[in-house]
Amino acid sequence: MKLKGKVHKFGDNINTDEIIPARYLNTSVPSELAQHCMEDADADFMKKMKPGDIIVGGKNFGCGSSREHAPIAIKAAGISCVIAESFSRIFYRNAINIGLLIFTSPAAKDLLKGDVAEVDTDKGEIRKAGSKKQYSAEIFPRFIQDIMKSGGLMAYAAKRRK
Amino acid sequence: MGYTITEKILLSHAKGVKKIAPKDFIMANIDFCLGNDITAPISIREFRGLGRKKVFNQKRIALVPDHFLPAKDVQSANQALTLKKFAAEFGIDNYFELGEMGVEHALLPERGLILPGDLVIGADSHTCTHGALGAFATGVGSTDLAFAMAFGEVWLKVPGTIKLVYKGKPKKWVTGKDLILHAIADLGVDGGHEMALEITGDAIDNLQMDERFSMCNMAIEAGAKNGIIAPDKITERYVKEAIRRYKPPRKSYKIVKSDADAVYADVREYNVSKLEPVVAAPHLPSNGRPVSEYKDVRVNQVVIGSCTNGRSSDLKLAAQVLKGKKVNPGTRLVVIPATQAIYKEAVSEGYAETFINAGGTFCTPSCGPCLGGHMGILAEGEVAVATTNRNFVGRMGHPKSYVYLSNPAVAAASAVKGKIAHPAEL
Repeated sequence: MKLKGKVHKFGDNINTDEIIPARYLNTSVPSELAQHCMEDADADFMKKMKPGDIIVGGKNFGCGSSREHAPIAIKAAGISCVIAESFSRIFYRNAINIGLLIFTSPAAKDLLKGDVAEVDTDKGEIRKAGSKKQYSAEIFPRFIQDIMKSGGLMAYAAKRRK
Repeated sequence: MGYTITEKILLSHAKGVKKIAPKDFIMANIDFCLGNDITAPISIREFRGLGRKKVFNQKRIALVPDHFLPAKDVQSANQALTLKKFAAEFGIDNYFELGEMGVEHALLPERGLILPGDLVIGADSHTCTHGALGAFATGVGSTDLAFAMAFGEVWLKVPGTIKLVYKGKPKKWVTGKDLILHAIADLGVDGGHEMALEITGDAIDNLQMDERFSMCNMAIEAGAKNGIIAPDKITERYVKEAIRRYKPPRKSYKIVKSDADAVYADVREYNVSKLEPVVAAPHLPSNGRPVSEYKDVRVNQVVIGSCTNGRSSDLKLAAQVLKGKKVNPGTRLVVIPATQAIYKEAVSEGYAETFINAGGTFCTPSCGPCLGGHMGILAEGEVAVATTNRNFVGRMGHPKSYVYLSNPAVAAASAVKGKIAHPAEL
């Protein structure tokens, strides 16, 4: 799959309280969570973004709580993928388990606000539109690829256990 | 080549492998799993999607509605009700209604439900707290909990291990909270990424369980997968007392320790005899500095409680500082015991009376304001000193509010002074 979208750039240690503040955790409905996506990192994020856009973070993206509401809010907002220098552990597994595409890549450093990024999800290749420089993303181990190809952990579970 | 305690517990629970190494992906059997009123509703929705008639084991699941109870609004009440109905329908014993409910990471060990040698997952990042019992315990997401409730399994990446060695005798007013804040300042908020933090040394041998729980609780704040302390006599005394008192379904456990030739990714040594109480400034838990470096930081609210520091010895320490004193007129004091048993002890030992006489409040168990839920949300521009675990942007309320993390004695002293203060200043 090939993705192309406008970059929304964030810094290091973007935490789950910024991605979806706890004051909105009295619901788990994806469309309701999406309305407040990234609100405490950028109050106008949902006004600026369009479906298909890409979030680019720095180091330790998604640190903090275990709330799956964070990747759910990002996915339901229509963000096509998140690229970061590194992801915090629980956010990383939650994204895999719910089928939000994430890429760990040094491209995260060079992509800037307003750039258009192109991502080849199968090859794990990322580049800035109009630029020849190509970045690679960390390839997921086979184990994880199986979960992602199934469409998330529960779909994988349903398939395996039938 | 030997194994660490974390590797040994993972290997003994891993399916279909005879050896393991850091970075291996394994499917592992769990001994216990838990979720709360924020995370479990999603798990329940996902579980129901599988159409299964049974959970993997009715006695190995706990659903604790600790985050927003007493229900702060209709939606929160509905989330707790979702847990209660699911527990009734599937015969899960460990649903805790208001009146016996407590903060999950204090409540479950207190009840003897989590034991040394266990592999525990929880849909809550502070599940790492239970590592203080000599168990492998790690926070996961809601979908992981759904999978675990169905199959009793979890996928895991085997972590490397950073060994923290604490040496020496801490000074008065220096607690387990200060020891872990000091390590987080050293490691950084992602210094423990994909690592176990194995907490050792003679300073740890002398710590009681409450402080060991505080330390393992904050392993996640260094980005670690789990915190773990090898079980000893203090651990066994705590576990045996919990089993005697609450008679949980499982009464036997396994003492696991690291091999002498275990391999560590890193070893950090800290001399605790030189440490002062540590305060972590907004907006990262890694911003820890000695309390004396904070001059004239005015404080609007002090929070004493949470899965980090809401246990009996924490309240006792705060009460010692507050005895016969008054909370500063410009400051609010919110004290929240972590469980009903702790609440009762605080009443019978007179700590509750001390807090109230000082002009503070003494509330029913809940996660409360720690995560900006309820019972003490900060207004724009307000500053809090809290014994909790996170001080991220907006964590306790308005995005422009500020949280300083400290131990209970520093928090109590700051309530009296109205600014960040060392207890010795009183």
